[in-house]
Amino acid sequence: MKLNLKIWRQKDANTKGQIKEYPIDGIDGDMSFLEMMDVLNEDLIAKGEEPVEFDHDCREGICGSCSLQINGEPHGPDRMVTTCQLHMRKFKDNDTIVIEPFRAKAFPVIKDLIVDRTAFDRIQQAGGYISVNTSGHTVDANAIPINKEDADDSFYAAACIGCGACVAACKNASAMLFTSAKVSQYALLPQGRIEAVERVQNMVRQMDLEGFGNCTNTGACEVECPKGISLENIARMNREYLSAKVKG
Amino acid sequence: MSGLTKSSIARKVVMALSGLFLVLFLGQHFTINITSVIAPDTFNEWSHFMGYNPLVQYLLQPILIAGVVVHFVMGFVLEIQNNKARVIKYVKYNGGANAPWVSRNMIISGAVILAFLALHFYDFWVHEMTYKYIESNPEDPTRYYAETVEKFEPVWRTVLYVISFVLLALHLLHGFASSFQSMGVNNKYTPGIKKFARIYAIAIPLGFAIIAIYHHFNPITH
Ligand code: HEM
Ligand code: SF4
Ligand code: FES
Repeated sequence: MKLNLKIWRQKDANTKGQIKEYPIDGIDGDMSFLEMMDVLNEDLIAKGEEPVEFDHDCREGICGSCSLQINGEPHGPDRMVTTCQLHMRKFKDNDTIVIEPFRAKAFPVIKDLIVDRTAFDRIQQAGGYISVNTSGHTVDANAIPINKEDADDSFYAAACIGCGACVAACKNASAMLFTSAKVSQYALLPQGRIEAVERVQNMVRQMDLEGFGNCTNTGACEVECPKGISLENIARMNREYLSAKVKG
Repeated sequence: MSGLTKSSIARKVVMALSGLFLVLFLGQHFTINITSVIAPDTFNEWSHFMGYNPLVQYLLQPILIAGVVVHFVMGFVLEIQNNKARVIKYVKYNGGANAPWVSRNMIISGAVILAFLALHFYDFWVHEMTYKYIESNPEDPTRYYAETVEKFEPVWRTVLYVISFVLLALHLLHGFASSFQSMGVNNKYTPGIKKFARIYAIAIPLGFAIIAIYHHFNPITH
């Protein structure tokens, strides 16, 4: 397969970037998108050019580090997959593919296609945990019965891999889906209720401080999320937040 | 309003509550207006009541105006903040792949409604204020029907009103159901709410459009 790649190149955070064209040949439909990028980089290195920097780690859809805005969508045109799981058979011979970094004020570009997503870490640190005594007096988690639906919903929320596709897709660069998944994961379990009132307020405050936009319920995040995180989590976070404000 | 705008969720709730309030008002406004087509005497009677009842004039009317102002000011605030959240735009952004047009362009439909409201205020509210308080005319409970029908004589006004109603429908197609999500309501009733909201979003603006067109083609012959 022959492709025309248009890739965002940017030397570092302080340099202005631009789109550069890279024609590429010999791409197999069974390759993953990142393998295609590897082929391109091998070519560039052989030619003595600077390879394109992009984030990746597990290459099996669980770490959330691969990003890439592909033809205007995070993780490309396929649904419920990360970029590392996207196959080149989703594209046709002679296609033009535009590859950009995830764009948000809160996700500044570090180099080429790599963005700084530590804003997510700071939201997590603001309340995405429970305080448990781990000094040897721990109580077996299963000692507290939890109804099946809540356990399932909590687990689905916990499936968020923090990839940032929700922010990248959103026209407002809002981080509500990510934050709501992290809030919901704990809000649904008795272990998480103890700090629930402070958690939601602290995490939302941090989310706003980072400069993410306001949610307008377009639902783009839910469609693009590789883990199928549901908008119900955002509604739950709104409820948690409002009731936390009422409780003070 | 700074207290209301402190957190992104509070801003959403202000948007949702003011929007829902306007949706309710729209239903009430439609109920009165439709009588101008089916029962002109009732229309005169109700319009006169609305125009001279002190509770409506001095309590409900200011609340309504405040509701509209809060809603569109907050709409613009959200739009500005959201634009700032993505300083460098995408070279290619396929917004249509993951969200409907109506949800992505609330500011466009909203701005058209705002422009319409300016005309609408000029047409009816300014006229009423002038009639009642500047010219100090006596009460006339029979004038409303003829005044309304007359307004729709020019083609341009009828067309502008109808265009605005189309944009209003688009605004509500996203906004009505969205306001429930903003307030944290997303449960087993949500499919039903969405269905009702969609019907309301189309039926009410369509009704308003029919009223305008009806009066345009059925002028009062003197
Ligand atoms: C009678 C007129 C109007 C009605 C009935 C109405 C209704 C609504 C409703 C129900 C929402 C959803 C709230 C939410 O999602 O939380 C909304 C959102 C919105 N409205 Fe209006 N609106 C009206 C006029 C306007 C005007 C004049 C503007 C002017 C700019 C405007 C701008 C917006 C914007 C930008 C949103 C999206 C914000 C969001 O989704 O959070 N609206 N509107
Ligand atoms: S909610 Fe989905 S899209 Fe957003 S960070 Fe988590 S896994 Fe990625
Ligand atoms: S590289 Fe880990 S999810 Fe793609």
